[in-house]
Amino acid sequence: MPREGILINKPIERLSGEQIRLIHDASIEILTNPGLLCFNKKAAEIFQSHGAGVAGVTGSDTPCWHVKIPEKLVSDALDSAPRMVTLGARNPDNVLIMKGDEPRVFFITGSETNIWLDVDFSTYVNKADPTKEVKLPEFQPRRGMVADLCDSAHVCEHLETIDGYIRTVNIQDKDITEDNKDVNKFFACLNNTTKHVMSGLTSLKQLDNVIKMAEIIAGGSTKLKENPLISFITCLVKSPLQFVDDTTETFMEVCKRGLPIVVSSSPQAGTSAPIKEAGIMAQINAEVLAGITLGQLVNKGTPVLYGSVPVRARMDTLGDSYGSVETSQYHVDCTQMARFYNLPNYSTSGVCDTKTPGQQSSIERLFSDIVVALSGPQFLHCAFGLLDCNSVFCLLQAVLDDAHFQMIKFFLKSPRIDEQELDTVKKQIREVVATPQKMFINYIRPVMRSGEISPPYPFEGDGESDSVFALANERLQALRAKPVEHIDPDTTARIFREIPGLLPRLNVYKGESKS
Amino acid sequence: MSGDIIELIKENVIQGRVNKDDEGIGEDTIGQPGVTELIKEGLASGVSVSEIINNGLTASMVVVGEKFENEEYYIPDMLASAEAVGAAMELLKPHLAKSGVKPKGKILVATVKGDLHDIGKNIVSILLRGAGYIVIDLGHDVGTQEIVKAVREENPDYLGLSALLTSTMVNMEDTIKALKENGLRDKVKIIIGGAPVSPEYAESIGADGYGADGFHAVSVIETLNGGN
Repeated sequence: MPREGILINKPIERLSGEQIRLIHDASIEILTNPGLLCFNKKAAEIFQSHGAGVAGVTGSDTPCWHVKIPEKLVSDALDSAPRMVTLGARNPDNVLIMKGDEPRVFFITGSETNIWLDVDFSTYVNKADPTKEVKLPEFQPRRGMVADLCDSAHVCEHLETIDGYIRTVNIQDKDITEDNKDVNKFFACLNNTTKHVMSGLTSLKQLDNVIKMAEIIAGGSTKLKENPLISFITCLVKSPLQFVDDTTETFMEVCKRGLPIVVSSSPQAGTSAPIKEAGIMAQINAEVLAGITLGQLVNKGTPVLYGSVPVRARMDTLGDSYGSVETSQYHVDCTQMARFYNLPNYSTSGVCDTKTPGQQSSIERLFSDIVVALSGPQFLHCAFGLLDCNSVFCLLQAVLDDAHFQMIKFFLKSPRIDEQELDTVKKQIREVVATPQKMFINYIRPVMRSGEISPPYPFEGDGESDSVFALANERLQALRAKPVEHIDPDTTARIFREIPGLLPRLNVYKGESKS
Repeated sequence: MSGDIIELIKENVIQGRVNKDDEGIGEDTIGQPGVTELIKEGLASGVSVSEIINNGLTASMVVVGEKFENEEYYIPDMLASAEAVGAAMELLKPHLAKSGVKPKGKILVATVKGDLHDIGKNIVSILLRGAGYIVIDLGHDVGTQEIVKAVREENPDYLGLSALLTSTMVNMEDTIKALKENGLRDKVKIIIGGAPVSPEYAESIGADGYGADGFHAVSVIETLNGGN
């Protein structure tokens, strides 16, 4: 049975039908005027061979083509792109089925951060009153390593609110190179979680090795097509409106192989996109449509997700402000646009501006997590554990986020109000009113045990002290102590025999130190 | 036979099933005899009152307490079990004297004048009944003189006063003063409870104890009762 996700009963909407149509029309117009700059020759040729207006750009340092995509190509692509995308998993119970017309939300980790935040706890004593002491976390940033990625994948495997896994940390070990990074990061993820694994690709040269690894795990190429336990994400269009050479190449090669892929665009309102909501929406929609169109031209029927990661610029630094309210507005808008096209939507929430776990991080991420989830994106990349605008990953924050998502998921459940339910409660009311004590407590028990009552916040301390971090850390250590469901020994042996570049220390059956 | 009945009583107290219509937390329990039916059956078949109380009710509440400690049970579960014991004690009341079993004590509870909030007082009542006390509940919005009259007539060992409002908690002090004026204060131990009151307030008005919640209230009374 695939994972259920959460079906949003009535997704929130910001855009009216008329506004959606206006954005669509503006995007279609933008695709021809001004059109896109394309730095990938093959992509320009594909567009040209299918009737797009393509002209070489003179005076550019690097080869570049001006591409004008006619509406017909876009509408054909929207017709051929699958409405339903399956993201497979090592464990069949973790398969995700995403339908473009069904606002069923799955919560997935990511993105790739360079910094891993270690947490240690120190005890501070009040100088005036040494009997008073407080235990506080101290955060130490360092470069992320492959062992951290294994650790993160393992912990996320045991966090029930997480439906799928995007690698959370960029592996920067000394023996990791551009040529072996992809196989090691995919293996580290796949060997430590049985949930779906999505990642970007560092080197196109590694694509076939990564896919071969997935085929070995899935049981062959046909099995991998049926159960695509890996998928990819590419930002092939750099804002504003530019097909980047290498990521476009990667995108097309993944499309040729028929594995699911996210067409992602991440314009920043104010710098790489207009600051006005109408402007960033028309542009991001044009950029995603351009990518989807290219993907369908390369391989009709390629499973794609409408990927949207818009953000507003900070006014003080012009950096990303994921914590801004407008960023959540853009995401809700994009979810509506994807639903307008009946395509599954990859959306983003929970990214915060602050650098360490704390009140600001909780407020920023909870705000966007709630509102974006309510809009009903199918693939909610909800920045589990991420801090500092996707630069830092902290497992303690991931555990805190899990508690947030337990609350959000509970809130998103559909109300159970029907005739049978009302008949039952009317009977209860009549019975209780007739008793001397007039209390409904006896009726709590079956409801409590059926999961219909939301659990208390799991990190509530005793008394007046705030013990959230300490209790979350206890849970983190408990999760780390849980068993890891590794790939079986025979399959692991075959992977290490046939896939070049894997770090021997990742082979947990070789008696070498585990990652 | 007696062992079977006792085990069933125990099981049903743990399930919190007062009678056959209670579903408890087990499967397919509705229609099966609950604690009250089993007590009647036990008495009819000659099982002794002391065996029912000691090996059935008290022993089962020990298990319930352990489940609560282990977070397997929550307060609604404790209350359901306590209510089952309370119902059992009501049935056993006429048999107590001749069987030589004494109740732990008699307690009179009331929410004071001007206050309609009685959830806390009701929970305390259920828990006390479950702990083996005879509870007389005067209800809510109970006037000072009405409480004095009940103390005089019922001669309880304990008086529990409850208030949820800062505007009504002062009536607790008035009640204690009235009991003094009527020469009844020394005949009854008084504990108070409710959101606005505190141990300090209890001391300041001359109460004997303060219960922070239902369980604490029972524990305070058990302590006043000499740890019985």
